[in-house]
Amino acid sequence: MTELNTQQQVINTTIASLKNQPGALLPILHGIQDGLGYIPADAVPEIAKALNLSRAEVHGVISFYHYFRDTPPGKHTVHVCRAESCQAMGGKQLESHVKAKLGIDYHETTADGKFSLEPVYCLGNCACSPAIQIDKDIHGRVSAQSFDAIINELGA
Amino acid sequence: MSITIYVSADSSAVSLGADRTAKAITEEAQKRGIEINLVRNGSRGMYWLEPLVEVAVNSERIAYGPVQASDVAGLFDGGLVFGRKHPLLLGATAEIPYFKKQQRLTFARVGITDPISLEDYVAHDGYRGLESALKMSQADVVKHVTDSGLRGRGGAAFPTGIKWNTVLNTPSEQKYIICNADEGDSGTFSDRMIMEGDPFVLIEGMTIAGIAVGATQGYIYLRVEYPHAHIALNAAIAKAYEANYLGENIQGSGKTFHLEVRLGAGAYVCGEETSLMESLEGKRGLVRFKPPLPAISGLFGKPTVVNNVISLASVPVILDKGGEYYRDFGMGRSRGTLPLQLAGNLKHTGLVEIAFGMTLRELLYDFGGGSASGRPIKAVQVGGPLGAFVPESQFDTPLDYEAFAANWTVLGHGGVVAFDDTANMAEMARYAMEFCAAESCGKCTPCRIGSTRGYEVMDDIINNVDREKNIVLLRSLCDTLLNGSLCALGGMTPYPVLSALNHFPADFGVDA
Repeated sequence: MTELNTQQQVINTTIASLKNQPGALLPILHGIQDGLGYIPADAVPEIAKALNLSRAEVHGVISFYHYFRDTPPGKHTVHVCRAESCQAMGGKQLESHVKAKLGIDYHETTADGKFSLEPVYCLGNCACSPAIQIDKDIHGRVSAQSFDAIINELGA
Repeated sequence: MSITIYVSADSSAVSLGADRTAKAITEEAQKRGIEINLVRNGSRGMYWLEPLVEVAVNSERIAYGPVQASDVAGLFDGGLVFGRKHPLLLGATAEIPYFKKQQRLTFARVGITDPISLEDYVAHDGYRGLESALKMSQADVVKHVTDSGLRGRGGAAFPTGIKWNTVLNTPSEQKYIICNADEGDSGTFSDRMIMEGDPFVLIEGMTIAGIAVGATQGYIYLRVEYPHAHIALNAAIAKAYEANYLGENIQGSGKTFHLEVRLGAGAYVCGEETSLMESLEGKRGLVRFKPPLPAISGLFGKPTVVNNVISLASVPVILDKGGEYYRDFGMGRSRGTLPLQLAGNLKHTGLVEIAFGMTLRELLYDFGGGSASGRPIKAVQVGGPLGAFVPESQFDTPLDYEAFAANWTVLGHGGVVAFDDTANMAEMARYAMEFCAAESCGKCTPCRIGSTRGYEVMDDIINNVDREKNIVLLRSLCDTLLNGSLCALGGMTPYPVLSALNHFPADFGVDA
């Protein structure tokens, strides 16, 4: 019950504080995802009402952007860069290793809820390829070994 | 007297351990009772040497690198604080050839100053461009930018002054300046380095743009993948407001300019200016038809300047030293300097700001040091995922917009990704189509459907299913994408695909 109340609170305060900005929808969606880790379906009608949009329009925006998610993420989210520079430095092999190590594919979460895996197209770390991002931390020149070390430290 | 030590807070340096190195330095100095002043600067752009540690000794900076946290105690033992000899000693940073050979105009302060210290910025010639702009008429500010020959550094290379002039001459109660900081192309990180390493120069450039065209509101549309840049920009914007470099009546001039950072959400197509504006308005990032041009009817239907980070960050030096100073660098119609980014399979990856005109080969070998793997460089992709693959036979092309266009290649924003001979170019062509399919906004049919058909056809070619017939089909599909797409995403995906096919037919299983 408390959890639900907090969730409702995050949604309400985010909408109330941002709805009068020009082009408020993306800032609101970011605010909710920052607070809750995802955008719950329950938030959609409330956002729509506050911005005088249809629910379909709000849903359309959420689904257009790769970054927004409508399901809760794992405790840690691993982003693996799939772009050209990382491919030139063994990114594809790293990608297979990451999937095997975590036992999941892209857009999935491990059964214990610890890790979610997402692809990303460029972290701007192309001088240090291959690159991954775990939560807010970016890692460069990642090898299978260094990936395992980071993941083990986070408690795989 | 305390000793000043610099460790970069640039996110690439941090990705290699710079935070741990900085922490170890602070702890080690404390343990030894040495008073130090640790500055977290931007990166010098020599990423094979990061984490780079610099020590200020007699008005010079002495560099050590790459320094991991485990090296720190040994460095102190060896006399780090006096710039003494050590296996990791590189000498004076300014004398490292990679750095010394560059012509840094836009990046003059990156790696030198504390990025979020306004005092440091002003002490290193910051806000001189704005000072001079405030003494001029709006038309004269625009004229300096036009005279400089500056062309859009985001890739399209449209003359910045012409864009500004259109907005200046379009009457409206409200106009906007948008900085396109949705740097989504693989192999590019110069925008990120500016935003993390010298955010004030971008703020100053946008303020000048606002004053020049009569816009009072600016937005930086920043990609969400750049959390460090977000923090640095917000910190710098807050300081600029405090010191009245932003807001009402800037420095007593009577001019107003407000600035805000807005985050994207992982859509590559939002780097296209009309899609970006849709996104800023809170919509799906669907590309708009042009005309109307954004300069006439842009954000919320108002006249809008949309410029890339590097274009805007080059404005302060132009207004400080004059359009002619900037124009005197470069070749042909490519004036000034281009911050090139060396990425992928190269030994010395990093940032090289230099006047247009050097050849690609010089860049790859004299600066880049050849491949990281030690194998021959097979191809380089210049200008991002929509740029052509350039084969070795074209490495002598000078870095100049027109010279590149003459080869059916794209210089774009100067991002360079090198591949060694283990790369399979048919796989890269397939990837280009797959990327286009993943990132298409869906508005126009050639891009939306053509990209999916494209990687299916590539799968057949790779698996030798009706190969000859499918290559004809691939070329026809590319023709449709090239000529029928609404924006550069569909319109330029054929560049990597066809250049791979034309230059590396063996990888597609066909004879040259």
